[in-house]
Amino acid sequence: MNQKYETVIGLEVHSELKTNSKIFCDCTTEFGGEPNTHTCPVCLGLPGVLPVLNKKVVDYAIKAGLALNCEIASFCKFDRKNYFYPDLPKAYQISQYDLPICKNGKLEIEVDGKKKTIGITRIHMEEDAGKLIHQGDKIAEAESSLVDYNRAGVPLIEIVSEPDMRSPEEARAYMEMLKAILQYIDVSDCKMQEGSLRCDANVSVRPIGTKEFGTKTEIKNLNSFKALQKALEYEIERQIEVLEDGGKIVQETRSWDESKGITVSLRTKEEAHDYRYFPEPDLVPLKIDEEWIEKIRKTLPELPNERKKRLVEEFGLPEYDAGVITSSKALADFFDKCLEGYDKPKIVSNWIMGELSRLLNANDLEVEDCPIEPQDLVELLKLMDKGTISGKIAKEVFEEMFATGKKAGRVVKEKGLEQISDASELESIIEQVIAENPKPVEDYRNGKEKALGALVGQVMKATRGKANPQLVNKILKEKL
Amino acid sequence: MELYEYSVSALKKMLQNKKVSSREVTEAFLDRIEIIDGKVQAYITKTAEEALKKADEIDSKRQKGEELPSLAGIPMALKDNLCTKDIKTTCASKNLYNFKPPYSATVVEKLDKNGAVMLGKLNMDEFAMGSSCENSRFFSTRNPWDLERVPGGSSGGSAAAVAAREASYTLGSDTGGSIRQPASFCGVVGLKPTYGRVSRYGLVAFASSLDQIGPFANTVEDVALVLQAIAGHDPMDSTSVDIPVPDYSEALQGDIKGMKIGIPREYFPDELSSDVKDVVQKGIKKLEDLGAIVEECSMPHTEYALPTYYIVAPAEASSNLARYDGVRYGYRDKDAKNVLEMFMKTRNEGFGEEVKRRIMIGTYALSSGYYDAYYLKALKVRTLIRRDFESAFEKYDCLVSPTSPSVAFKLGDRVDDPLAMYLSDLFTVPANMAGIPAISLPCGFSEGLPVGMQIMGKAFAEETILKVAHAFEKNSDFQGQKPRGVE
Amino acid sequence: MRITKKDVEHVALLSRLDLTEEEKEAYTKQLNSIIDYMNKINELDTEGVEPTAHVLPIYNVMREDEVGESLDREKVLENAPEKENGQFKVPRIV
Repeated sequence: MNQKYETVIGLEVHSELKTNSKIFCDCTTEFGGEPNTHTCPVCLGLPGVLPVLNKKVVDYAIKAGLALNCEIASFCKFDRKNYFYPDLPKAYQISQYDLPICKNGKLEIEVDGKKKTIGITRIHMEEDAGKLIHQGDKIAEAESSLVDYNRAGVPLIEIVSEPDMRSPEEARAYMEMLKAILQYIDVSDCKMQEGSLRCDANVSVRPIGTKEFGTKTEIKNLNSFKALQKALEYEIERQIEVLEDGGKIVQETRSWDESKGITVSLRTKEEAHDYRYFPEPDLVPLKIDEEWIEKIRKTLPELPNERKKRLVEEFGLPEYDAGVITSSKALADFFDKCLEGYDKPKIVSNWIMGELSRLLNANDLEVEDCPIEPQDLVELLKLMDKGTISGKIAKEVFEEMFATGKKAGRVVKEKGLEQISDASELESIIEQVIAENPKPVEDYRNGKEKALGALVGQVMKATRGKANPQLVNKILKEKL
Repeated sequence: MELYEYSVSALKKMLQNKKVSSREVTEAFLDRIEIIDGKVQAYITKTAEEALKKADEIDSKRQKGEELPSLAGIPMALKDNLCTKDIKTTCASKNLYNFKPPYSATVVEKLDKNGAVMLGKLNMDEFAMGSSCENSRFFSTRNPWDLERVPGGSSGGSAAAVAAREASYTLGSDTGGSIRQPASFCGVVGLKPTYGRVSRYGLVAFASSLDQIGPFANTVEDVALVLQAIAGHDPMDSTSVDIPVPDYSEALQGDIKGMKIGIPREYFPDELSSDVKDVVQKGIKKLEDLGAIVEECSMPHTEYALPTYYIVAPAEASSNLARYDGVRYGYRDKDAKNVLEMFMKTRNEGFGEEVKRRIMIGTYALSSGYYDAYYLKALKVRTLIRRDFESAFEKYDCLVSPTSPSVAFKLGDRVDDPLAMYLSDLFTVPANMAGIPAISLPCGFSEGLPVGMQIMGKAFAEETILKVAHAFEKNSDFQGQKPRGVE
Repeated sequence: MRITKKDVEHVALLSRLDLTEEEKEAYTKQLNSIIDYMNKINELDTEGVEPTAHVLPIYNVMREDEVGESLDREKVLENAPEKENGQFKVPRIV
């Protein structure tokens, strides 16, 4: 990146709340039903219908506010945001404008070992819109589109950050921490692929040393952490290039095109946005007293940073390990579960951060969908400790467990992977290896300690990795 | 006397005593509609078949000796902005010309449970915007007292149907006078309840913070009966208030001796036609004769109510009517090449002139740069108007005024002058701004046309205004006159 | 404050109304006279006056988070001007 410029990033994050029913009607919020089967007169915006607020939505918004160190408003109201789009049944979205439920929060992130606090401007409640399916997939080419209103009326909170982030890495760290917190407090699934966590980024650049913000652009369609980071990297460079060429940044909305790796302008010529917000007359205001807030506060679980501290202090995990494991509630829960049946925290964290994460990534799976249960990993680790299998074989077993969902013991048995710890069985193999490899044998006898390794390797090869390495070493030394 | 001429309470007794069957009553009204409605044009949709089916159901239940609710077997009709399941609900708009709601409004459900027999759906100004019924996209309803004149609006069909005895009672909606003004023009009783007294669920919204559903009937007693059936809390309407519903018929009993009635002088301005003024003042004198303590008072912000209303109501309407975009229901321009064009054409063709005018005013008042000057300012003035009422009600039990500055005007007279049309809501709009209940009842005639008197009460004090209205009605000598246009 | 034809065109676009030239002319005239009338409220000093968005002093009207029956899809689509595969069909977006 050009060293003359500083980047300024703020994020607007939408998170679907995991209530059972929609925000203003009692249709289910379940994801993935047949189109238009989770709809009713209210969420279809039929003439004459009225919204009735789901209390759980308010509870969850308060909970998110508390977890993000916000002030909870003692008085708030809903407003209408007016705009036309086929996926918006009433042609207005019920949202909150000037009196949001939470404001002035903060969130701590860590990038390259450096801690930083990101301000949270506000959190407000609103309803989601339906979904458009473009025939031929691309909006620009589609001759027509189809509308499914199953998602219309699913509750959302929008979390708006201060423009406190200075790099795509910080933006990503903020987003990751935010996701972790929302999952910890169990108010959202935060599945970016399903759209239950979505993010728009406001980004601008300014010459280092200037106080005023540069003109910003808003980037939409960021539906993964990677997309967020890549889009920001691209956009920052684009803006700097424009400025370096003596141009001006146009304030506009741009969309991230994942396949091309670029952001493209979404500007339409005549669309001046004017949402004409005004107080929603169909809903009465909310008064939130201390009692209500305290009741919610009592339901707050341990949050990522507290949990990280606990893992370091209680289990002696390195800061780094504790950070990775607590970055997701599911991962941290997995860790805690493992430790219920196994008392070597560092080994567990190695496996979680190593093999488990590798396989999840490779298969594009979330921890929640992991085919291996904590107790299965524990079983595997115990087999290793007992010497039934070697560390190397354990990885092979783990992969098989991951692929088939079978338990460790069964995989070991079915594949005949038990470690050979029978000295007599090994002795005959070792004798054969010595006979077939005169060169390293001679080298070793002449004092080259390293040559032993080659012989061990041959034994392991002959046993397809099942030989107990300690035993092989011992016998080899004896025989030589 | 014909069956259709009886009051709701008389029919109720006759049905209970099995002097007559619901089928007989229903057929009498259906025949009446056949004969008269060609002239009056109150109905958009007639549901004769469903009506007779319901009447038979009620009759057979009654035959079996089942206990039936108060309105069982009595034929009524509804303004066409009240959603009726599987029966067209058009709002007199091209936009909803074919719309069949998959659900019924709460009031419709309540009446249905009460055994009501629905004869059909009534004409109105498109989306309840207008004061003459001339903004219906289908046809203009006529005033039964003079077929050359308007019935008032927007619930013109509801008022005319009751006046012409094409239904024993009807429901309408009132956002700025849309029940009271046509009641006044047609010489019937019309009540706008307190905001929050009757559920709005299923009433196609015009201006959500002002809209209320209310009854029309030929007598105050009938209006009380119908209000009883439709009032009460509804979990589907967050703004419907969860407080007990009193017995309104009970409340009619007794006299009004010692009751304090305020006469706000701002409701008798120079624009008020002198004949209307005379008739209403005679009416007030009558209340005094009945023992009420009548006093002139002042409501200083009255003159600001109408301009405030014509900011608040269109602003809310511009948002409420945004959903008519041709995507999910109703009219769609089929030739549009893209979605924006479809929105623009569908809406421009689907809405009539007055509706578009109000959408434009409302959009303007909410748009960036004007919100504070118009919408926010109007909400603040609304507070001042409410305070006028609060202080008046510290002294008075109710307030009495003319319902409208004039009697029914001629068709076509005001269609080209929107402001002149708006002025007929001058005295009715303040009650909506404050959310209080108000009733209009016949108080006399001017040149053979009915003049209405408006009685406004404290929030949730429908009992008080019903009682005053009832006392007046009992002691007036012009009841029972039949509308000349249809006799 | 005068409303120009350009203002009317802007407001018509915000309102998604494809006004004809005649309508634009007429509405420009009418809106001006109506807005003039509305301006009457600016005579009043509303310094420190709270706006009334709701006439009722009620708060916290909420329902429990319980799932009920949705509408049959046939009913959902019954009034649709155009439908396909259980969905509402609209012409091209751009």
